[in-house]
Amino acid sequence: MTMRDRTAIVGIGATPYYKRGESLPHTQLSMACDAIVGALEDAGLTVQDLDGFAIYSNSVDPAEVASVLGVPEVRFAASLTSGGGGSAGALGLAAAAIHSGMAEVVVSVMTLQQAGRRLGGTQVSAGGGGSTSANPYSAGGVPPSLAFTVGSGLLSPGSSFALLTQRHMHLYGTTREHLAEVAITQRSHAITRPTSLQTGPLTTKDYFASRMISDPLCLFDYTMENDGAVAAVMTSADRAKDLRHPPVYILGSAHGGAGRWGPAIGKYFQAPDEYFASSGHRPVAKRLYEMAGVTPDDVDVALLYDHFTPMVLMQLEDYGFCGVGESGPFVADGNIRLGGKIPVNTHGGHLSEAYIIGFTHVREAVEQLRGDAINQVAGAEIALVTGGPAGLPVSGTLLRR
Amino acid sequence: MSEIKPGVYPVPMTDPHADATTQPFWDAALEGRLVGPRCTNCTTVILPPQPRCFVCQNTVFEYVDLPGVGTVYSFTVVRHPLAPHLREAVPYVSAIIELDGTQGAGARMLANLIDVDPETVFIGDRVRVLFDKVSDTFAVPRFTKN
Repeated sequence: MTMRDRTAIVGIGATPYYKRGESLPHTQLSMACDAIVGALEDAGLTVQDLDGFAIYSNSVDPAEVASVLGVPEVRFAASLTSGGGGSAGALGLAAAAIHSGMAEVVVSVMTLQQAGRRLGGTQVSAGGGGSTSANPYSAGGVPPSLAFTVGSGLLSPGSSFALLTQRHMHLYGTTREHLAEVAITQRSHAITRPTSLQTGPLTTKDYFASRMISDPLCLFDYTMENDGAVAAVMTSADRAKDLRHPPVYILGSAHGGAGRWGPAIGKYFQAPDEYFASSGHRPVAKRLYEMAGVTPDDVDVALLYDHFTPMVLMQLEDYGFCGVGESGPFVADGNIRLGGKIPVNTHGGHLSEAYIIGFTHVREAVEQLRGDAINQVAGAEIALVTGGPAGLPVSGTLLRR
Repeated sequence: MSEIKPGVYPVPMTDPHADATTQPFWDAALEGRLVGPRCTNCTTVILPPQPRCFVCQNTVFEYVDLPGVGTVYSFTVVRHPLAPHLREAVPYVSAIIELDGTQGAGARMLANLIDVDPETVFIGDRVRVLFDKVSDTFAVPRFTKN
């Protein structure tokens, strides 16, 4: 018995989204609490009802948040490993906790404040600091493997994803025009939304006039880096029926990836040729559709993790909206725009609305399925939300109204 | 520290921080030789070295000489300096190299491709290793067009 339709998202909460570093004097903790309390209020629940935390990317310490909020008893506190690839999978972790009976009301949350650190330059301290003791992953000693990559000059996630993109272009003829279509489409979605940090239109001319950061990626292929918090509260389908909003059911959720994907992103790039130039989501997508009992044709709106434009393309392939290698022409035909075959990132995504490590996508999916999204897809019944690519796990969740 | 000039990424470490498993690689590098640990059971070469063979689970490897040439599997031209001292180094090419004498995936190297015009680098280019000795213990592998 799978957990299909047994649990639901019942509340969403969020802080305003801020430009990087501009959320002060709020803190990561205060913003997390604001989002969680907001999500509980949205559901018609209180802190007294909350008993679980299902997180990813070390967003919060549940011990600290529960203590600050005065949660009566924590019955579930777990995280997916690794980073942003777990965003959609955290919803599945929450659903598993609820479906198994370990907890009743579980929150997933991301909170981000980049005043003192930047995710986009996480490896710069190792590569650029001139220190012999620098280690990008901990404050401890230097791992013997670091010497094998430190001379490459690959310092940022953008350069890493540029390598996958270059290979995709080589194999399939994908072009910068295709990447531009993703950036421009998402900007057009963002500018109708008051929450968006990007408020002006983006033209093809703007795109090609922008500076190259790491070929073949230019400025507009990159996510923004922002501050803010978003939380989603989940409970059982039974309990969800009596709450404030119509439930948004967890139709299915999967995370993981091919075993040899693991070190592919940002470290060693040893993934086999058949899925090197991919988003790493292919096996996750297969399990997800099987659990949900639906096909790509059934999905009405896709909220795809978009730290870099080419990874939207590769997810369109891996989630079966087009064939492998065909995503460039697919987007060029307007298929991901509002009114297209599969509208993508109707909120503007990380590229143009705000970057809260995947959780603005969860918020948009819920708004779409409640029918109150600003860029509403008419009659949307099923939404896909994804997390990653990043190091394994990557994740996907299908939601239905 | 290697000299900072356009196209050459300045390596920020002066020692490979080797352990018993990786020391033979760096000893050979100081002599200008590219070597790799090869599984004694199934001949899979694994770089960076790992504790087990991912094909057959063997834990015993022997270092073998590799030809020191390979093919560009993918690359990026880094144009934006992520730290102030890199302003003099950009644009530089970071590449994934598939090495001759190996099975490819599992033994790829990440390296700075030097002495090339960044605008004329392509996937499939044939390249050879050069060792840039930055200290008495650390010779950094870079590649150039063959």
